[in-house]
This record gives sequence, C-alpha cells and structure tokens, in this order.
Amino acid sequence: MEAASVPEARPAASAPAKKQRKSDRARGERRLAWMLCAPAVIAMLLVTGYPIGYAFYLSLQKFDLRFPDEKEFVGFQNYVDVLTASTWWSDVGTTMIITVASVAIELVLGMLIALVMHRAIFGRGPVRAAILIPYGIVTVVAAFAWRYAFDPTSGFVQQLPLISDTWAPFNERGSSLLVIVLTEVWKTTPFMALLLLAGLALVPDELHEAAKVDGANAFQRFFRVTLPLMMPAILVALLFRTLDAFRVFDTVFIQTAGANGTETVSILGYNVLINRVNLGLGSAVSILIFIAVILIATFFVKVLGTSTAQQRGET
Amino acid sequence: MMHSARERAGWSIAILVVLLYALIPVAWMASLSFKPADKLTDRKFFSGFSTDNYKTIFEDDTFLAALVNSIGIALIATIISIALAAMAAYALARLNFAGKAVILSGALAVAMFPPISIVGSLFDMWREIGLYDTWPGLIIPYMTFTLPLAIYTLSAFFREIPWELEQAAQVDGATPFQAFRKVIVPLAAPGVFTAAILVFIFAWNDFIFANTLTSTNEARTVPAALAFFTGGSQFEQPIGAISAAAVVVTVPIIVMVLIFQRRIVAGLTAGAVKG
Repeated sequence: MEAASVPEARPAASAPAKKQRKSDRARGERRLAWMLCAPAVIAMLLVTGYPIGYAFYLSLQKFDLRFPDEKEFVGFQNYVDVLTASTWWSDVGTTMIITVASVAIELVLGMLIALVMHRAIFGRGPVRAAILIPYGIVTVVAAFAWRYAFDPTSGFVQQLPLISDTWAPFNERGSSLLVIVLTEVWKTTPFMALLLLAGLALVPDELHEAAKVDGANAFQRFFRVTLPLMMPAILVALLFRTLDAFRVFDTVFIQTAGANGTETVSILGYNVLINRVNLGLGSAVSILIFIAVILIATFFVKVLGTSTAQQRGET
Repeated sequence: MMHSARERAGWSIAILVVLLYALIPVAWMASLSFKPADKLTDRKFFSGFSTDNYKTIFEDDTFLAALVNSIGIALIATIISIALAAMAAYALARLNFAGKAVILSGALAVAMFPPISIVGSLFDMWREIGLYDTWPGLIIPYMTFTLPLAIYTLSAFFREIPWELEQAAQVDGATPFQAFRKVIVPLAAPGVFTAAILVFIFAWNDFIFANTLTSTNEARTVPAALAFFTGGSQFEQPIGAISAAAVVVTVPIIVMVLIFQRRIVAGLTAGAVKG
C-alpha cells in the first residue's frame, strides 16, 4: 500500500535555507506528525493488538469460567481439541460456502449495477439512492426482513408462482444457506457496485472508442478492455468483501442461530466463548479465525501485487 | 447523442429492476410493521393499517433504553473517532515523515481485523475492570474499529484541500487562528462530515460487540435488543413489534443516506480505492 501522491514538503518559506535549518524543520515536522498520529495508533494497538495477544495467552490455558479455579497452562492442547473436532471443519466448510457463493454473486451483480450506473443515459440518481438503502440498513434488520419474507407463517415468498405454499426454507441446510447468502448479497452488493463504479471511471473512454473502431463488439470490449484495466479495483473489492463474508455472524445469528448445518466459524467462536464461557477453547477458535483471515489477506495482496505489476509491465 | 426508444425502454427496465431489488425487503418490513395483530400472518403486502406495533415498542422500556443507548454510544464513538482520525489524517496528508506507510498499513490491518477474534478477550478484560455492560465498554471498540475508515476517508479529503489559501489569508493579515477557522475549517467540514456519517453508520450497525459485551438495558443497543426481543412466550417472536422497531432504526439512516448520497459515495470510494 502506498500513500497516493502525497504532496512533497512545501517549498521552504525562506529561499536560501541552510542545510542545518532544513533538517531542523524536517525533524520538527516529523515530531509533529508522530504526535498527531500517536492517539490513533495507540488506540488501535491497545484495542486490537493487546486483546489478540491476550486471546493467544488464553488459548494456551485450560480456562472455563464455570470452573475458574481449574485454570492451568495446557500448551497447544486447545488447538488440538479444536482441529481434531469435526465441528470446526464442517463450520469452516459452511463459512467457505457462504463466502464463495455470496462474493461470486455480488461480483456479477455489483458489476451489472456498476455498468448500469456508469452508462446510464438517465436515472443515475434514483439508482444510486436505491442501492444506498441496503448499505445503510442495520444488518440485523436486513436479516429479520429476509427471514420474515421467507418464513412460511408470515412470509410472502411462498405466495409467489412456482414456489410451494408450504416451503419452509429454514428447516433444512441448503435452503437456509440460500436465504443467508441472499441476505448477505442484498446487503453488501451496493458496496461492491460503488467500488467497481469507481474502477470503471478509471478506464479511459478513448480505449473503448479505439476498440470499437477496430471492430470489437460490446462483449469483446468489456472482457478484453474494461475488465483487465479494472483488475486492481476488482481485487481490492474482492479482498474487502471476502474478509467481510468470512466473518459472517449477524445474519446467521438472526436467521438460524447456526441450526441445520448453518453454523459458521464466527458463530462457533461466539457459542464457545459466550454461551459456554469456555475462554480457553474459545480463544483457540478466535486465534484460528485470525490466522485464516491473515491467510486470505496475504493471498489477495500477493495476487493484487502480481496483477498491478503485470499491468505496469504491459503498458 | 440520440438514444432510440428501445434503448430508453431497456434502461428503464434495468433501473426498475435495481429499484425493486433494493426496496422489496424494506417494503416488506414496513408492511409487517403496520399490520394489525390478526393480519400478521396473512402474507399479503397490503392488508389493514394499524399503529399498534409502534405503540407497543414506544411503551417498551427495553426498546426505549436501547434506542437511547444506540444513539448515545454511536454519537460519542463517532466524535472521538473523527477527532483522533482527523489529527492522523492531517499528518498523513500534509506532513513528511518516515513511517507514513507503517501507519497506513497498520490501519488497513485493523480494517481487516475479525472482531470475533477479540470478543472473548474483551469480555474477560471488561468483566475484570468493570467495563462490561457499560457505554465506554462499547464506545472503545467502536471508536477503534472505525479509525481506519475515518483515517482513509479523511486523508483522501484533506489531500484535495488547497492549503495555500491558509498562507494567502495570513499574507492578507489574518492571524493563524483566523486563517484556520475562516479558511480551512469551511473547506474541511464536508469531508469531516462525510467521514462522521460513515463512522456513525458503522457503530449504529454493529451487532457482535453489542451482543457479547452487554447484558441489560444499561448499554444494550438496538440491534442486540432486537435479537433478544421476546413476545408473550419465550419461543415466539413478536413479528409486528420487531418490524416496527426495525423501521424506527432504519428510517433516520435512510433519510441521512439519501440526503448525503453524493458525499457518502465519494467518501466510501475515496477511502477504499485510493488506499
């Protein structure tokens, strides 16, 4: 990550500044900068760095709040317990299904909405206003809205053509996951669409015109010109959304609470930590989720690096 | 450029589809919230009209307390987060110092940080030091987790400000403070305001911290209160009341988002793309 085009040091007020004074000024500037950044940096370190360290410490203990006196150091035993339990692996599977499905659908839908907004000959305003509504809505509220829409006693979905009147989606795994993914997609596609729209704006129109003159049709222009140039924007959007989707908690908690094989890793962590107050075992789950997030982020940053480098090499 | 009738019709359909997609679940929630009790399970979009559900929630202590908690906690977290972020963003946008990249990547790391990884630690620490189920207990994590968003958005906005105007004002005889207050503050205000809206929406939306770090009306916010709302029997959820409460917390955000939509779009993309 680079700080994009930060203005260089402002021209010194007195033109023939001596070297000594210049370095004094630079030192003063650096001190001021650190003083200004310190509160934010300290807050971030204290509230994320320290607790994650504490979580790691807890994960090495046998520590159940129901039996606080039995607290003792057990090394990596909690990790062994989590990693040899089938629950962990099936929850990882469920989380990955939700993540991959929702991010894939969002990418396609978000791209379509971005294209509609980018090429709109009218109505850009209403579309932007409409897609900002899901963005602004509280996730818990969105989860309730979709749950009540699909619930067989209160919902309208069963009244739609081709859908059985007695369909109860939350009674089995596949359809529960379907509703969860739908809710996630509805709530977060706007964010994806806006990021992609910003990426689209970076593709120069002349390239499109040139491709048109050369006889490329609309599909060729999209897949051969627009898409490759947008790759960095797409990868950034994918990175943020994948990490977000992997942490999915609110929607699952409200709609199924993890029933019928819809438990995600975040729900598992919550259940062990807060419901069973087993802080040792639960912290091992927390740390494993943290590691998974680092792995996903590293993967995307690597791909992002190669794709930007490639693009720079080509042009 | 001329557009054929067919093209216009195509766009109209595309726009209509997007509008329906965005609005149907919201409309369904609103419809449920206005249904009289005996029509709640009739599964129709329009049937009867009653404000009973709204009366129920505004007479409910849990909901009223949650509403006050949500507003207070989100506002305070927003103010602190913006104050800290504005200082850092000013340094990042205006000053030259080594370590800029470190701060930016640190903020990015916090933006990607999974909250579930620290709720256990915070739960344990907050119980020890007495922050469990209090306002500060939620303000601290909200403020921290919104710092990256605020720093990225604000530094993107601050880079666009023509700072030379400040010197120009001083040359024209303004004191440094006047130059700052009359020239820089008005120029920076829109960006600060935009960042504040984004931060507020984030804090208003949170469920995982509110769920794990609170337990009573003392500090429970609306999303957590909604999740634990129970009706007459413990296992039956009061659909009408939850829908009405959901509408109440949604309307102010929607109004804000619609009024400031241009700024919000600019803020969201400035923070994410330029990073």
